[in-house]
Amino acid sequence: MPSIVELKEVSKSFGGVAALRGVNFEVRPGEVHALLGENGAGKSTLIRIMSGALPPDAGEVYVSGERVRLGSPRDARARGIATVYQELLLFPDLTVAENIFLGNAPRKRFLALDWSAMRARARTLLDSLESRELDVDARLGDLSVANRQRVEIAKALSQEPRVLIMDEPTASLAEADVQRLMAVVRMLRDRGVAIVYVSHKLPEIFALADRVTVLRDGALIGTRAAKEVDEQGLISMMVGRSIDQLFPKEAAPLGEPLLEVEDLRYRHVVNGVSFSVRAGEILGIAGLVGSGRTETALTIFGITPATGGRIKVNGKPVIIDSPRRARDLGIAYVPEDRGLQGLIRVQTIRENVSLAILDRLSRLSVVNRKDELRRADEAITRFGIRARGPEMLVRQLSGGNQQKVVLGKWLGAEPRILIMDEPTRGIDVGAKSEVHALMSRLAQQGLAIVMISSELPEVLGMSDRVLVMSRGQVVASFDRAAATPDAVGAAMTHAGQERGAV
Amino acid sequence: MEAIAAPPLGARRLRRLAAAYGQELVVLGALVVLMVGVGLYNPRFLSDTSLTSVFSGNAYIAVAAIGMSMVIITGNIDVSVGALIGVLGTIAGTLAVNGAPTWVSWGTPLLVGMAVNAVIGLLVAYARIPAIVVTLGMLSILRGGLISATGGKWISGLPSAFRLAQERFFGVPSGVFIAAILTVIAALWMRYSSTGRAIYAVGGNAEAARAAGVRTQGMLVLVFALHGFFAGIAAVLFATQLQVIQSTVPPNLEMSIITASVIGGVSILGGTGTVIGSTLAALLFSAIASALIFVNISAYWLRAVLGLLILGTVLADMARRRRKGRIQ
Repeated sequence: MPSIVELKEVSKSFGGVAALRGVNFEVRPGEVHALLGENGAGKSTLIRIMSGALPPDAGEVYVSGERVRLGSPRDARARGIATVYQELLLFPDLTVAENIFLGNAPRKRFLALDWSAMRARARTLLDSLESRELDVDARLGDLSVANRQRVEIAKALSQEPRVLIMDEPTASLAEADVQRLMAVVRMLRDRGVAIVYVSHKLPEIFALADRVTVLRDGALIGTRAAKEVDEQGLISMMVGRSIDQLFPKEAAPLGEPLLEVEDLRYRHVVNGVSFSVRAGEILGIAGLVGSGRTETALTIFGITPATGGRIKVNGKPVIIDSPRRARDLGIAYVPEDRGLQGLIRVQTIRENVSLAILDRLSRLSVVNRKDELRRADEAITRFGIRARGPEMLVRQLSGGNQQKVVLGKWLGAEPRILIMDEPTRGIDVGAKSEVHALMSRLAQQGLAIVMISSELPEVLGMSDRVLVMSRGQVVASFDRAAATPDAVGAAMTHAGQERGAV
Repeated sequence: MEAIAAPPLGARRLRRLAAAYGQELVVLGALVVLMVGVGLYNPRFLSDTSLTSVFSGNAYIAVAAIGMSMVIITGNIDVSVGALIGVLGTIAGTLAVNGAPTWVSWGTPLLVGMAVNAVIGLLVAYARIPAIVVTLGMLSILRGGLISATGGKWISGLPSAFRLAQERFFGVPSGVFIAAILTVIAALWMRYSSTGRAIYAVGGNAEAARAAGVRTQGMLVLVFALHGFFAGIAAVLFATQLQVIQSTVPPNLEMSIITASVIGGVSILGGTGTVIGSTLAALLFSAIASALIFVNISAYWLRAVLGLLILGTVLADMARRRRKGRIQ
């Protein structure tokens, strides 16, 4: 079958750094073509070229066999290429229907908007995505992330694209929503839409893709039929080496309980959570998005101080009313949203790494620069941060490297208790296994680690114990031996159904 | 990474300096070009007396811009500082003509300035009212209060010991001297102290700063109070320039001060910029103002020129950010 979009020998560089080097890529009607690669491999650049957001420096772009120049995203859309971006580009104060048709709303005479047509067409689109319960008049800001994403997909489909580019569509979705999204992707494929699917999650790719293309360091490593490759093969294509184990939690001697939480409450989102973590232990917290996992972490760390319950650190009762207090008690929190709570992106790696320990680094209020630089250099080597040096601005780093800076900052504070919220979200396979190995090492050094994760394999592989949360409560608890995918998955979905029934 | 054809140390230093102080160097360059250019056209521009008046007349703007820069670095703004300088200048003058000791007349405005702005800081930090709203309110209160209290009358008969701005320290006009010293101290403090670094962090990302243990609310109150302190010094310099104190400060004074910060490279989005830049920019304004006179262009063009400078600076800043951000 002929391809709809084809890129030939496309190259692009930014300020002398090659992001893409002579890459060939094509996608055919009715197929899901997955695009894989570590962060910085050139995936984003490739899809931005395909969607008209970036002009290539060299190479040719063909749409339906005709050589074209995509001057803008609008241009690309006019040729039937639509994109669903990772960070949803929607307007929280507009309704669902308004968001879907922003920019190409149905008109009546004299340029007046045809509201009823708009709402009716929005309804049809959402119904075709099996989203009958979504109200077209709802304010977008009131919707869950998963629903907002459906709106984004509906928006892309409103122009009846022949090619749909999806950039990490499941990055912020919980498992049940991922299944729904995958069903939508299959449905679109069966309608003959060509789909370019970017994701880090290999199981999804095996479940969905017909073909897989792997990029590494801006170069094309290869395009394969999904049936012909296995997980190991893909990973070694991506990282250029083979990774034996993705989740290497090694046995560590367990010590005293370092963090004990009893009947912890925060407003209506944390409703009486109790658990304890011992030195050397990794406690995994699974659950659907919105089950109160992150809120529990925020409460323990003092960002949203508890409105009830007790916290003990090292066996002593404490009151944590600010992150500063939590930090002084030896607690560190690596947040889910790095941009919001983790990093100061306009500052350098050096400044970010020392932020949590400025007091400790200074004498008479003067920051010891030498010490600071040494620590930044150390963090760069220890975590393998890919950067020109400690004075590089954090916003210039790729996602995985930014995550490593957050880790560097908090581990520099030498915590005894480490809370990690989605520690490997949006980072590539290589960096992921590095983060896992690091967590393992930290546990062996006697840290107590609480890991919140939406990736079941990660939770099961890394945790000594697994808690499942729902509606702000712990609904199930498993030891490592008992924590099978079926058991934990059932606890998560069972809790989810219960919630649906209430 | 280090191995890839490392340029000589000197060049690398220079490049890093250029990266860290880009906007400051641009303003300095503009200042030098302007001085040389106008000096060639009319050599009297570079004479000692003309330079002195160029720089000392605007010294108080430079001093106020130090505090303003700090406020903008935290991601806030203060549009009431012009009115505050008017009030504080009047307080200083009233004390002086009523026989208060000189140190009291000079010191009181600093304390009152700190107190007034600490209130602004408290409202911004704890009541979470946007700074623009709080300071707009404060602007009305101060301006209205000042006119009601003075009835628009000028204060005259100032004792000679009071006239700080007319002194010379080590042969340099006192205003220039004070502005230079304060700029250096403030710049060093912001760059090297843990508090200064925390202030940048609050402006760069308040959430992340708080999560890292920075007392973000305390920092805001501190920065506003410091800004009030600098406004107090600026007010004393302003009030002692002439033989009389007008109860009306120059119109748009707060805009000139904010402009100095912005042109000096302090990002209106917070988190970046230095007080060195704002001081250089304040000097650049006064140099432009005098240069217009020396090349016989109406002084009314000054505001238009400043407007162009603001737009040009912001465009350059955005272009630079875009270039830097483009590494995926």
